[in-house]
Amino acid sequence: MKELSLHLLDIARNSVTAGADRLELSLVERQSLLTITIRDNGRGMSPEFLARVTDPFTTTRTTRKVGMGIPLFRMAAEQTGGSLTIQSAPGVGTTTTAVFHTDHIDCPPMGDLPGSLSLFLQGAPEAMEIRFLHETRRGRFELDTRKIKALLDGVPLSHPEVVLWLREYIGEQEAALIS
Amino acid sequence: MKSMEELKAIREKMQRQMNIRQEDPDAIRVVVGMATCGIAAGAKPVLTAFLEQVRLHNLQNVTVSQTGCIGVCRLEPIVEVYVPGEEKVTYVKMKPEMVPKIVQSHLVNHTPVSEYTIGAAE
Repeated sequence: MKELSLHLLDIARNSVTAGADRLELSLVERQSLLTITIRDNGRGMSPEFLARVTDPFTTTRTTRKVGMGIPLFRMAAEQTGGSLTIQSAPGVGTTTTAVFHTDHIDCPPMGDLPGSLSLFLQGAPEAMEIRFLHETRRGRFELDTRKIKALLDGVPLSHPEVVLWLREYIGEQEAALIS
Repeated sequence: MKSMEELKAIREKMQRQMNIRQEDPDAIRVVVGMATCGIAAGAKPVLTAFLEQVRLHNLQNVTVSQTGCIGVCRLEPIVEVYVPGEEKVTYVKMKPEMVPKIVQSHLVNHTPVSEYTIGAAE
């Protein structure tokens, strides 16, 4: 997992598994600190599960006994001198917060955020509403699936034509934030 | 720049075609494994390639979707193709370059690309 955007794609899918219908993905950059927050209203985790969720030998999958998503994300953050924290309560939801020191030599690049985000939207359940926020010193970009869906009027986000449009749209908006 | 007007135009175009799409009992499903194992192995560009090829060929009877871990992580990226009335075909160790051939041969002409399947890999 060499890009932060791939971690985001991976961790956000946990919220789909958790049955959430609200998800907030936010990337906030302040000087050399990047805070990535993934907040959902899914079924949440018990204190016992939460205590061992960053252990690779903890997983909800049934096909095998390891789950690498959160451990890898935690390792990526900690390698930069940052941290990963997870707050969760059954019936309330889960908030995962990762802090990266972007000036650290081991900080992974953001990578293809437009591609990852648009594909996440493609694979998310139609019933899930997603708000994405990216803030840098150059400005902010916000995307709300409720607005997009209102415009689409029944045409699914998962349609190839729609996803590929979203990828280009997000790419243009993101380019303005980074350049 | 991309504008919301463009998105509206896509909607109008799709709405004209969607009735055919939703009622089609012969709809083909392409499912890409997008768990940690799939993503780490390169499933993202494979999924993008399927979306691009489906758009390119304007295949109204194909849906592309995502799933979690399919269970054979060492063979990721894995793609499953479901054609109604036919046995499921599992493609393994996928690369974006392999996608146009699968779309042309399997999705358009109903002939699976056997050398990319799990049967050929194992």
